[in-house]
Amino acid sequence: MGSTERSEQPVITKGIDKFFLNFYDILKFVLRFFKEMFTPPYEGREFVRQCYYIGNKSLLLITLTGFITGLVFTKQSRPSLAEFGATSWLPSLISIAVIRALAPLVTALICAGKVGSSIGAELASMKVTEQIDAMEVSAINPFKYLVVTRVMACMLCVPLLMAYTGLVAMTGSYLDIHLNEQTSLAIFVQNAFEKISFLDFFSSFIKTLFYGFTIGIVSCYQGYHATQGTQGVGKAANVSVVISMFLIFIEEIIIVQVINMLR
Amino acid sequence: MKPFTPEIHWDETVISIRDLYKSFGQNHVLRGVNLDLHRGENIVVLGRSGTGKSVLIKIISALLYPDSGTVNVLGLEVETLKHDELRDLRLKIGFCFQNGALYDSMTVGENLAFPLRRNMPHMSKKERDERIATVLEAVGLSQTIKQMPAELSGGQRKRIGIGRTLILRPEIMLYDEPPAGLDPITCTDINNLINEVQKRFKTSSIIITHDLACAKATGDKIAVMKEGRFIKEGNFEEVFSDNDELIREFYDYNFIQ
Ligand SMILES: Nc1ncnc2c1ncn2[C@@H]1O[C@H](COP(=O)(O)OP(=O)(O)OP(=O)(O)O)[C@@H](O)[C@H]1O
Ligand SMILES: [Mg+2]
Repeated sequence: MGSTERSEQPVITKGIDKFFLNFYDILKFVLRFFKEMFTPPYEGREFVRQCYYIGNKSLLLITLTGFITGLVFTKQSRPSLAEFGATSWLPSLISIAVIRALAPLVTALICAGKVGSSIGAELASMKVTEQIDAMEVSAINPFKYLVVTRVMACMLCVPLLMAYTGLVAMTGSYLDIHLNEQTSLAIFVQNAFEKISFLDFFSSFIKTLFYGFTIGIVSCYQGYHATQGTQGVGKAANVSVVISMFLIFIEEIIIVQVINMLR
Repeated sequence: MKPFTPEIHWDETVISIRDLYKSFGQNHVLRGVNLDLHRGENIVVLGRSGTGKSVLIKIISALLYPDSGTVNVLGLEVETLKHDELRDLRLKIGFCFQNGALYDSMTVGENLAFPLRRNMPHMSKKERDERIATVLEAVGLSQTIKQMPAELSGGQRKRIGIGRTLILRPEIMLYDEPPAGLDPITCTDINNLINEVQKRFKTSSIIITHDLACAKATGDKIAVMKEGRFIKEGNFEEVFSDNDELIREFYDYNFIQ
């Protein structure tokens, strides 16, 4: 009887209702995060543990990807610059590309894939096996213990990893330039930093802070609201990655616009 | 049959539920539940799958909120409690989940220590270890302290789950289907454990089950739920002398098997 009454509602308005209900839920979730982030007690140990996991999970992949990005980007850019006899501009071209765009994006996408999916799956499996309820009934605040620590760890680690990605990518680039143009390290560094301003570093840092927040909050939300059953776990992991990546691209566009207005 | 329990205080109710209604959308789950749990008493709630037994105890521990009706636990209206008051009340209610709900990332010992560390931060390590040892001894699993939950059997997980709720010395225990998924002998062990907990830790309990052997062994009183309300209450004989179709079916199914 219940199901027939429900299905009388037209599909479109049902979709819209659901969207706004979700939107309201998400907003509540985000506000709760900011509220609980600033109220003691703080879960220092769990925060440190999460930071360690995030670094541990993504470091290898980031090293590899960062290095190859720098190396390949240098190789691909060389012919165009060589046409104008301007290969000496390579270091500054690469550093602009890496620091302004590549390092933040590469880091964010890798973290969305590795960290986002694992947070989504972990919280979802805790949810469906009632571990989150179990914390709640033993007077432990699961939101603070699970969500706040993970989101904050993402907000700290993604910027740090971005700096690391930048360093590794520049190393890859330097190796290639050193082998081909016999540029010394001192000259490479000097050229690389010529065209880079404080604003570039700052904007990349802000970007990655947003990306980290996005990855953390999206995957925690998905995990925390997983529906019953084991397939909910896979779904939460999957959706966490897709939505995080989608939001990261949108944020990228918006932040770049804002920064360009400041320039 | 459960022997007579002398320690029940009939003049003191620890949980009192009046006219409780709860729906999920068009799914009207609870439709006017009334229940009194006295201090020291074990009430067994019997009912078929999906009648809202788990929802009932989730409302008692404020994991869900009712649409209407009142739930009074230890003299407090659960719905009106503020954050800190609810926290204090929850320390006095132990909730045993159907599959134990042990934290997979922690060993058995850490599972037991976790609620203590959080809620009694000033307790010394020695005192904490003693409490953990007492509880593990009570559930008969002292040797598992270093194991991970994944290495335990279903029955062991359930016992540790019961232990983890006991560790905070609750006055009220809520058991969600303790015998579900266990062989009859392990069931008997769990039933004995429930009775021992009642005696040793002086708890009052609500035990949810559809297993009549468990109901018979652990219940001072049996309450049968059908379509969102209790249709019959009393001790085992009283309830099963009734001729209601559901009660007969339950009885036949359990004892013909
Ligand atoms: N959080 C929830 N959201 C929506 N519906 C729910 C929720 N929790 C329970 N229900 C619904 O309430 C009804 C009763 O569920 P409940 O878990 O209380 O049954 P039960 O009596 O414990 O059954 P079982 O013996 O199988 O555990 C079910 O139809 C279920 O779909
Ligand atoms: Mg149930």
